[in-house]
Amino acid sequence: MKVQNQSKNLLVHFVMIFFVLLAIGPILVIVINSFKTTDAIFSGPLKLPDSATFTLDGFKRAILNGNFIGNYINSTVITVGSTILTVVCSCLAAYGITEFTTKLATVIAGLFTIGIMLPVTLGTVVILKMMVRFHLLNTHLSLILVYVGISVPLGVILMVTNFKTVSNDLKEAARIDGANEFRTFLIVLPLVKPGIAAVAAITMLPIWNDLWFPLILTTGPKTQTLTLGIQQFVGVHTNDWQALIASLVLGAIPLILLFTLFSKQFIKGLSDGYGK
Amino acid sequence: MSKRHRKLLLFTTPALAFFLAFAVFPLIGTIYISFYRETKFVGLANFKFLFTDETLSSRFLSAFLHNCEFFIIAAAVQLPLALLMAALLTSGRVRRMTGFYRTILFIPSTLSVVIVGFIWRLIISPLWGIVDYPLLGEKATALPTITLMSVWQYLGIPLVFLYSALLAIPSNIIEAARVDGASDFRIFFRIKMPLIAPQIGIITILTFIWTFNGFDIIFALNGGMPGPDFSTDVLGTLFYRTFFGWGADQGDQNLGAATATVIFLIILLGTAGYFATIQRRLKVSQL
Repeated sequence: MKVQNQSKNLLVHFVMIFFVLLAIGPILVIVINSFKTTDAIFSGPLKLPDSATFTLDGFKRAILNGNFIGNYINSTVITVGSTILTVVCSCLAAYGITEFTTKLATVIAGLFTIGIMLPVTLGTVVILKMMVRFHLLNTHLSLILVYVGISVPLGVILMVTNFKTVSNDLKEAARIDGANEFRTFLIVLPLVKPGIAAVAAITMLPIWNDLWFPLILTTGPKTQTLTLGIQQFVGVHTNDWQALIASLVLGAIPLILLFTLFSKQFIKGLSDGYGK
Repeated sequence: MSKRHRKLLLFTTPALAFFLAFAVFPLIGTIYISFYRETKFVGLANFKFLFTDETLSSRFLSAFLHNCEFFIIAAAVQLPLALLMAALLTSGRVRRMTGFYRTILFIPSTLSVVIVGFIWRLIISPLWGIVDYPLLGEKATALPTITLMSVWQYLGIPLVFLYSALLAIPSNIIEAARVDGASDFRIFFRIKMPLIAPQIGIITILTFIWTFNGFDIIFALNGGMPGPDFSTDVLGTLFYRTFFGWGADQGDQNLGAATATVIFLIILLGTAGYFATIQRRLKVSQL
């Protein structure tokens, strides 16, 4: 019985390792080739770099090329800005919804629940018109405003499930001590830290990787995001494979790193947000 | 207004303002201007043009069918694979490795489509010679190939949903079945599957919304006129072309708005129809 169980476990591991290789293999192939000379990229794409084929030229050219660093900064400003605003708005709204339970609160919560599934990209014609009207085209702010509008529903719903777990004792104690509602909110906030991490994690991912809105709102060289920059690099410099592959690797690093560090929060955010 | 209402609004206003101004208003505004040409009200004229103009209407129909194909392939491949992985991860047979597997399997979902598209195009390109056949260059295989790239990328998302759903099943139910001598397979198909049916439903409908609203992977690989010969054109890329223009074609915002409105209707009808029929029954059978 025990032997049979162990062989079953082994079989399961075997299947999982197959899937793991399928998921990570293509990424590793690209990473390997980012350290090779152009000749080596094409003569032996699956070979590891050796002393003859190893080079960092691709990375050098990718970083020095055009706006790479500028694009990196743009993406960071936009992603961090949108995420902070989303977290702040979501926490406030979720606190309000769980604390002042009225019919209106249910309606507002329902609105945000529907909002999670809303295909906002279909409103792009009007979003573009709005940004032109407010002279926000080619600004970081234009993207931040749109991303917060898109991200806030999921953020609110996630935070509501978190605020619901906070016991009333602490809030009552704060109120008896004479804290106003906003103070009480701030006192409770540390208790929902895991929720905040989940919202931040799940908000960041699609924003960093978005192609659609940067393509429409921030095509100017000064405000271009990393994802859009790489997309245009793929289109233009098809002969400089070294720099191209290196820039893909550099573009993927931040989120892979963030995700491996915060994978628990990511997964919590995903399953709590959509699963319920 | 009561004090509670005032406080509620005070706290919810920032979130509501962003949501209404940059998500709800643009969608309603899009429907509104789809009835206009410049500043003149033209009723259904934009829609009529969309469905009767010879080129545009045939492009619309083919894009719609491509979306259907994309959705069906994605759902048919993604769901069973995600289910299998989630079942194995929660089977109690991988133990300490669970976190490692789960993290690695999700990594492709953290990449941008630009990177995913490029990686796969390079891997299957005749330049590298790993695959002999020009999968992206032939009309018959281009769309299924792109769909599979998308499946590869986003498999982690249904996996995580199903994984959490399976973990949430009370262990005493499973223990009871095991004591009764039920096999792993029987427990999975007879007990676990019916219990997570609502989550399977939600994943299917999210896949529907995401694929019909999708644009990125096609645009990243093939640009605004997705070849070969429009064989990978989807509603998202058609929408982009009609309102933003591409190459020599001028964009037209009213026509773009009409296209977006029709796509929105398709998504709305699909989603509403689904919730009214299937999802409700899933919830009931669970009780």
